[in-house]
Order: sequence, then C-alpha cells, then structure tokens
Amino acid sequence: MRQVFASPVFVAVLALAAGGIARASLRAVPALALLAALVTLPLLVLALARLARRDTLAARLASPALFGALLLWLWEMLVLGLHIPFVLLPPPSAIAAAFATHLGTLATDFRQTYLHAVIAGYALGCGAGFAVALAVDRSPFLRRGLLPLGNLASVMPIVGVAPIMVMWFGFDWPSKAAVVVVMTFFPMLVNTTAGLAAAGVMERDLMHCYAAGYWPTLFKLRLPASMPFVFTALKLNSTLALIGAVVAEFFGTPILGMGFRISTEAARMNMDIVWATITVAALAGSLSFGAIALIERAATFWHPAFRR
Amino acid sequence: MGESAVLASDTAPAPSAPVVVEARGLGVAFEADGQRVSALTSVDLAIRRGDFVSLIGPSGCGKTTLLRAIADLQAPSGGTLTVNGMTPAEARGARAYGYVFQAPALYPWRSVARNVMLPLEIMGMGRSERARRAEHYLRLVGLGDFARKFPWQLSGGMQQRVSIARALCFEPTLLLMDEPFGALDEITRDGLNLHLHELWRRTGMTVVFVTHSIPEAVFLSTRIVVMSARPGRIIDVIESPLGAVRDLGIRESGEFLAVAHRVRAGLRAGHSYD
Amino acid sequence: MIDAAWRCAARILPVVTVLGILTALWYALAIPLNAPRLDLDEAAGFSTLASAAWSMDRPVLPAPHQVVAELWTSVLFHPLTSPRNLLYHAWVTLSAALAGLGIALVLGIALAVGIVYVRTLDRSLMPWVIASQTVPVLAIAPMVVVVLGNLGITGLLPKAAIAGYLAFFPITVGMVTGLRAADPLQLDLMRTYSASPGTVFTKLRWPMSVAFLFPGLRVAVALSLVGAIVAELPTGAQAGLGARLLTGSYYGQTIQLWATLVMAALLSIAALLGVGMAERAVLHARGGRL
Repeated sequence: MRQVFASPVFVAVLALAAGGIARASLRAVPALALLAALVTLPLLVLALARLARRDTLAARLASPALFGALLLWLWEMLVLGLHIPFVLLPPPSAIAAAFATHLGTLATDFRQTYLHAVIAGYALGCGAGFAVALAVDRSPFLRRGLLPLGNLASVMPIVGVAPIMVMWFGFDWPSKAAVVVVMTFFPMLVNTTAGLAAAGVMERDLMHCYAAGYWPTLFKLRLPASMPFVFTALKLNSTLALIGAVVAEFFGTPILGMGFRISTEAARMNMDIVWATITVAALAGSLSFGAIALIERAATFWHPAFRR
Repeated sequence: MGESAVLASDTAPAPSAPVVVEARGLGVAFEADGQRVSALTSVDLAIRRGDFVSLIGPSGCGKTTLLRAIADLQAPSGGTLTVNGMTPAEARGARAYGYVFQAPALYPWRSVARNVMLPLEIMGMGRSERARRAEHYLRLVGLGDFARKFPWQLSGGMQQRVSIARALCFEPTLLLMDEPFGALDEITRDGLNLHLHELWRRTGMTVVFVTHSIPEAVFLSTRIVVMSARPGRIIDVIESPLGAVRDLGIRESGEFLAVAHRVRAGLRAGHSYD
Repeated sequence: MIDAAWRCAARILPVVTVLGILTALWYALAIPLNAPRLDLDEAAGFSTLASAAWSMDRPVLPAPHQVVAELWTSVLFHPLTSPRNLLYHAWVTLSAALAGLGIALVLGIALAVGIVYVRTLDRSLMPWVIASQTVPVLAIAPMVVVVLGNLGITGLLPKAAIAGYLAFFPITVGMVTGLRAADPLQLDLMRTYSASPGTVFTKLRWPMSVAFLFPGLRVAVALSLVGAIVAELPTGAQAGLGARLLTGSYYGQTIQLWATLVMAALLSIAALLGVGMAERAVLHARGGRL
C-alpha cells in the first residue's frame, strides 16, 4: 500500500482528480473549489518532484507534460476565479471551444500561411543559403568577404523587409514566401559555411594523403562533417519562417492567413479566436521543429550529442 | 610474403635493398609571426625497403615535420627528397604510402568497416574487392568482429588499430606513423607494439615511425634516428643488433639496454635534457 | 607595425569587395525594376534610362545614394525631437529594446539558476523553455500591445515585454550551460573546503558562466530589437522604427522605408558593438580570458 502512495503516477492522478473537482465546483461552490485547489497544488508539486527522481523515458516525458497541465490548470483557475476580463486573457476552455467552432477558418488560414508561404519560402531560403555557401566555398577570398556580412545579416531585424516584399510581390502568399526566403537565407549561409570548415585538420590531411580531389573530399568528409551545423540552421529557420510569414501578413494580405486573423480579430476583441490561431501557430512551430529534430537525430546519429 | 622469408634470418635489410625514401640536405622552414623559423636543417637519410626506422627526439626536433615532408603534407624549403624515386607529391598521387596519425582520425559517421574502405572508395576500387580487403585487414589487426560497430563505440587502442587497418588496406609499400600510440596507456601500448612488430615482420613493408618513447623505438626498429631541436637535425643513426623475432621480454636483455643507452646518450649530446 | 596593417587590410579587403559587388548589383537591379514606371521614349538611350531610374521619387527599388541622402537629411537637418528625424525613432525603439533586455536578463538568469539548482524544474520547466521558442512569439506581439493598450498600459512597457520574452531564451540557455560548466575537479575542490552552496555559486559557478553569457547576450540584443520593432507595427504608434516602416509602406514612401531599414541595421550594429565592448571590459578585468 505504501508503495502505491509513493508512486508518482498515483499522486499525479490524485492531483488531477482534485484539480478537476476544483474546476467543476468553481462557479457553484467556490469554497469547495478553493479547498480542492489547495489539495491539488501540493499534490502536483509532489508528483513532479517524485517524477524528477526517476530516469526512465516515461518519467522524462511525463514531467513536462504534468508541468504543462499544471500551467493550463492555474491559468484556467486564476482567470475564472479572479474574474480577469475575457479580453485580457480568455481561459483555456474558451480557447479550446473557439478552436472547435472555428476549425474551418483556422484550417484555411493554416493552408494559406503555412502550407503555401512558409514551406515554399523555407525550402527556397534554406536551399539558396546552402547552395551559395557551397559555391562561395571554393573561393577563400569571397568566403572571407561574405562571412562577416552574413553573420551581421543573420542578427539584423530582417523582418523589416516585409513591407518591401509586399510592395514587390503583391498581397498574396508569394510576398510572404519572399520574406521567409530572406529571413532563412542568412542563417543557413553562415551555418553551412561554418560547417564546411568544421572538419578537423587531421581528417583533411588524411584526404590529402589519399590524393583525394575537391569533390571526394567534399562528399566523403566535409559535407558529412557539416551536417550538425546545417541542422542547427534548419531548426532555427523552422521558427524564423513561421514568424516571417505571420509578420509579413501584418503589412497587407488577402482576407485570410494566420497573421491577418490575429491582427483583425485582436482589433475586434475576439480574443478566443486570436488565441486559437496562436495555438495553431504554436503547434505548427513545435511540430515542425520536432520533426526536424527527429531527422537530425537519424542523420547525425554519430554526433557526440546523440551517441548511445 | 617472399620478402619476409628473406628477412627472417636478419632484421636489417640487405644493403642492396632498394632505397625507398632518400633525403639530401633537406631543410624545412616555417613562417611564424613574420619570422622564419627553421624546423629541420640539412637532413641526410636513406631508408631502404624493409627497414623499420624510428625517428626519436625531444619536442620541436622536427621528427614529425620530417614525416610530414615525406608525406607531402609539408613543403621542404631546401635540399632534395624522393619517395620511391619520385617527388613526394608524385608519390602521394601514386598512393605510395599509408599514414597513421597521432589520433585515429576515424570518421564518426562511418562504421568501422566503411572507415577502412574509405581510401579504397576514393581510389575507385570495386565494391566486392573493397569489402574483401576491409574484412582481411580488420582481421589482421584483430578486429574482425567489430566491422559493423561505429568508431566511438570502440576503445582508444582499438580505434588506433582500425586506423592502421585503414592505412594498410590499399597495400602501400611504405607506412608512415606519427606517434600512433602516444595517447594510449602503457599496457595497451605494449600490446600494440607487439602487434605492430608482428605485422611488419609478416608483410615486410617499410615503416617510418615517429615516437617519444625510447623503449618503443628500440623494441620496434631496425634503425633508430636520434634527432635534436633548435635547429632540428639528426644526431645519430643506430643500427639495431636485435634479431627479427622479438617479444616483450627482450626489453630486459643486455643488447636492448645497450641500444637504449646509446639512444639516451645521443639525446643528451643533443642537449635534449637541458 | 606594417605587418599588422597588412593583416588588417587582408581582413577588410574581401568584405569591401563583396560590398562593392552587392552595391553594383543593387544599382543594376534598380534599372529593370524601376523602368516600367518611367515614361520614356523607346529611343531613349541607356544613360537617360539609368539616370531616370536612379532618381525617381517613389521608385520600386531606390538607388543606394537616394537612401543615403534620405538618411543624411533626416538625421542632420531635423531637430532630434522631430518625428522627421530617424534618430528620434531609433531612440524610441532602442529604449524599448533595452528595457526588454533588462527584463530578459533578470528573467533569463533567474530561470537558469532555478533550472540548475532545482532538479524538478530542470525536468519539467526546461522542455517548456525550449518549446516556447518554437512558438512564433512575434505573432502574439500585436495582440499583447492591443490588449495592454485596452487596459491603459501603453508606451514603453508592452514593447519591452515582447522584447524581453524574445530575448530571455538565449540568455537562459547560455547561463544553464555556463552554470553547469564547472569541472567536477573544481567542484570537488570546493567540497574539500566544505564550501556552502552559496559560496560555490559566487566563487565558482557564476564566474565560470560569464564566458557563456556573452554569446547568448549577442543573440538576445538582436532579438530584443526585432521584438521592439515588430511591437510597434500594429499600434498606430506614432514613433519608433516599426511605426515608421508601417507608414512608409502605407504611403508608398519607398525611400523612407529603405532609410528606416538601414537605420534599424545600424542600430543593431551599434547594439552589438556595445555588447562587444562590455565583453572586452570583462575580458580585460580577467587578464585576457573569460
């Protein structure tokens, strides 16, 4: 019996149950809700602390999941309990409801912003950055000239080119894709260039000993050695691309798109739709990042960060 | 293999054996901070086929520089240097030598077998022949069962054995080794020394071996080249009187200690202990 | 002496060359982009075409010298307090970014200390810190500004909040790595002195982490500027580089738009130089090594 009590799963289930009671009785019996909430908090913290002491994969996944649940629950309880204005911060339940009701609109916006602008711009920008890095690699002079500029450009507020791109390429998604291209180009250029220089002196000398020319050295040594750097840029760019596309829509767009939805519905005070759109963006961002991270794990399994 | 039969009676190659590496008045200089630093001056050395030559000396004596010049990893600034009668660059183009570095320098994204195949791929050898050679040479260094592992799953000594298999697999006549066991602990090092000695005896190839360790140099070599620093130069060349077949016990013998003593005397004469 | 100058030239020459090539490309590109908007005879020669394309009032792509001229007149011929002076807008944006950076530093370092010292936080909070960066935070920027504006909170604070949210991440990540960078041997040494956790922090972990703070800080500075600029987009704000970009795009003032962009770029360079100077000062105080 003591073992059951010590199990973090049991404590977590208990905490979630108490949290559920607190939420359900919030309007009807506020006193009960407060009592249940006072039980929930220490139980959740206890469950988190117990989980943190275990090293299994399940515990490693459960910890952040439970913490996320705690945050959502706190958000819901505080917003409803303290009567925070809907406009300022809608409760998660209202956002979930809006998500369900406006699924069609959200899907159209997602298609416009993500499937068109982000993916096209991401592919073109990353591809161009990689290609230019490879091309410049053969001329040390050009590389020395371009690298400081690329480094500088990748920390510049490049989103600022959005209005120019909208002027040049019109209101529809190509102008957003163009912003994404410009934003993703420089991180990829800089990282690929750094990656191509990453192979060690001894590994290069080895290729020299085999009298290997430029291309075998590139394909057998320098490109594989550069992959961790390329993936760093791919991951960084997956977030940048979404930001670029959404922000570009603030400068003019046909009447759809995630950025358009956020700015117009915020002006109309329909905060639940705004938050539902942000949820879509957050999910899209996290999932694309996660997908690239998984590919990275498979492609650079040899890197010290992933070795088993 | 015919070579080793000839060598079995006596370690030193016959004086008539062809010269593989020949340096005459060789000098190497670097540019550092706008100053010209001489790393090696007027080196005269002839290495004959079947020789196992160790280069020994303190840091900065240019022993690694000499090896790198032979491998065309470093351009000489004076004198002449030939490898198999060609310039070092031509010899490199003809893939005349295998090189083993201080560290294994294995590519972590390739399995052990594919690391051994790397030079064969670059030389355009067919797939089945590549696989056959990788298997053969991995077995030769005692790692036949590790072909599918990745380098980082192996110990340091095993990794260095893989890098030796990689240097051997395209069957060069000359093996250049730059302190290959320097980073390993002494027990592993003894084992690998014995192993390398067996390998050299069986293949009859020419080896140039850079080391810091006097016992290692004496145990392995047919000739020991003692060098000194500032400027890097050759102080003494010692012909080893030890027989072809050696085991670790030989290191307590009087002959062995006499050679070691002479090496130490050479180092002292070159002010290596100052 | 001559050697140092030569090495300096060898570093700068390639950059200057590439900049020259880019400028030439810019001029060349301006001609076909602007030509359709020009009313010129078919017979007009190339030089007429080029000079017309490089001196339009509202070009599709303004020539570099037009942008420089706009920047020049804006900065030198208007008082610093005038909304027509770009330095005024730059200052508005910079102050929000700096306030945001302050928030990010406090929040980022506090989170890092929590994550390093409390195992529960390491397990449960760290994944969310990472996930928070995969969310396009900038997308929320206009909304945060609108909402806070409704509550009567306007001006610097909403912008600083967004800048801070963007900038805390690189600081947290850098500091977590830095606070954990102490060598086991150094930690064991502290144990032999039976040092308290507070002493280990002030004498070992904190000094160790400074080397990891600066790379994060460089990224954070850039991000806080981006955050401040984007936060100025939706508000109908009258001041700030973001507001300037928006009005430029509404009225088709392309030269003004480009001048604002260049000013934003100069501002980030200045901010990065500031971080570089701080780093060098710390470096100097520590005898040349972080």
